[in-house]
Amino acid sequence: MGLPRLRAAYALQILVAGTLVALLTALRFGSVGVSTGAMWHALLDLVQGGDEQSLAATLLALRLPRALTGMAVGGLLALSGALLQALLRNPLADPYVLGVSGGASCAAMLAIAAGAGAAAIALCAAGGALLALSLLFVLAHRALFARDAALDQGRDSAILLTGVMIASLCAAALSLALSLAPDGKLRTMVFWLLGDLGGVVSAGLAALAVACWLLLLVFGVRDAAALNLMLGGELQAYTQGVATAQVRRRLIALTAVATGIAVALAGAVGFVGFVAPHLVRYFVGANQRVVLPAASLLGAILVLLADTIGRSIAAPLQLPVGALTALVGVPVFIWQLQRP
Amino acid sequence: MTAALLACRAVGVRYGDRCLVRSLHIDIAAGERWALVGPNGAGKTSLLHVLAGVRPADGGTIDLAGQPLARWSVERLAGLRALVADRWIDPFPTSVLETVIAARYRLRGIPGAARTDPESEAIARQCLVAMDCAALAERDVRRLSRGERQRVALAAGLAQDTALLLLDEPISHQDPRHQVQVLRQLGQRTDRTIIAALHDINAAARFATHALLLAGDGSWQAGKSGAVLTQENLSPLFATEIIQIEVGAHRVFVSTGGVLA
Repeated sequence: MGLPRLRAAYALQILVAGTLVALLTALRFGSVGVSTGAMWHALLDLVQGGDEQSLAATLLALRLPRALTGMAVGGLLALSGALLQALLRNPLADPYVLGVSGGASCAAMLAIAAGAGAAAIALCAAGGALLALSLLFVLAHRALFARDAALDQGRDSAILLTGVMIASLCAAALSLALSLAPDGKLRTMVFWLLGDLGGVVSAGLAALAVACWLLLLVFGVRDAAALNLMLGGELQAYTQGVATAQVRRRLIALTAVATGIAVALAGAVGFVGFVAPHLVRYFVGANQRVVLPAASLLGAILVLLADTIGRSIAAPLQLPVGALTALVGVPVFIWQLQRP
Repeated sequence: MTAALLACRAVGVRYGDRCLVRSLHIDIAAGERWALVGPNGAGKTSLLHVLAGVRPADGGTIDLAGQPLARWSVERLAGLRALVADRWIDPFPTSVLETVIAARYRLRGIPGAARTDPESEAIARQCLVAMDCAALAERDVRRLSRGERQRVALAAGLAQDTALLLLDEPISHQDPRHQVQVLRQLGQRTDRTIIAALHDINAAARFATHALLLAGDGSWQAGKSGAVLTQENLSPLFATEIIQIEVGAHRVFVSTGGVLA
């Protein structure tokens, strides 16, 4: 059937609870274990402004910024993926696959090479994402967005391939930069190719990232009803009262900013933006008012869990979160391609 | 004489470098039902898109409800006219009922109209009943036959609650029973003004009060359907011999198979 199996309200409640559980799990597990009770105690202490000197408190101070960053990155990427899938009317769209993350990575690396600060890097990453995304939409325009466009479904794969080519171009530029980079900088630069949450982020910046995520999510959901109609094509949405061009421009900018922030924080983490909306639609249907927040929350959960596994499974070694999400994402992507 | 709901003055429609309609003058009054008849590629769909304000006319002016079409906002326009195309894009699973309710999107911005108000659902269900797809309400639109999907699209067009309905070949995928049923249901809605592109001349003659013939070379002919839909007009229009037979009170058109040069 492919119709809602779960009431939307329940799905969102479950996902909010799931995000909190995933957050606590990320704090609790790692190369050094600590009991849930001790971690909970330390967390309460932190919230109340105390300065406890236990092992749990120390671990919390180390893990909380990373966990919050992971949560924001997952939420932002899944929101971007859900928006791209709806805007392009293609269930295979994802910021990583379509080269949006790649564009952000390239721009961020250029900014680093120029010696920019954290805020400027994030800004450049968002600019790079916007550039890659604009290129994609300009190339896709005739096929998808002319109001009397031929509704040729075969064009979908052309758009996807265009995105894949943009991604390849960005990967090539990054590889070139890597091969020219001094050995000492290699490790930090690999980060831009394959997402990693190992970079040191302050608690304040992490909290800001979470705030950005929630703000962008609210902006996205405000256009969800219009987006629902735009799924039915430009012609239908326009005649039903949606100013399609404006809504699309707004959401493209939103997607670029969301991807840019995520990439600035964690590099190009792949496939979260593809997998999360996919799983969500399976359970709650295609109503974007539900899909956008639900996918975003699920993305946060996925990245939190993937990073916790990456930190714990081969401790004291830390696996990059992007490698783990790709390991899960690629098989799901191929499975989706095979479906009729 | 009341003002026309839709007034075309010297309207041109081009497609690429071909001129499909030249200097069209028609007045369409509230409650009239117009059949748009012409050969493939004559510009029926393009003209419907121009009348819907989806693409600009190539010259001339169009007034809808007393105001130039271009001056209406996208939202206000959605309250005045609906367009039902004959092709649909359904990339994700959506229920039939959701699809029809969504057509009432513009009401979202109106104070007092709740986002998922029971009134919209009731109206959506009525429209589904009218188009004989009440039983499909919970089905996934992607799992419908073309004929069923077309009736769902027509139900969505009705649910949009507009004075003017523009229909692009509304019965192209319907079986004989539904061809009759759909047009009869639409014809009974005397509060709606309908312009429908139709390929079936007999359906057009039964359904329409007026007809607009498009030849595709820029020329056109408009008037009461009884006066315009005649064998003298239709045979050259389709470059094939069409004769009319009187059956009781009805006029039936038959293609003899003869091709005109």
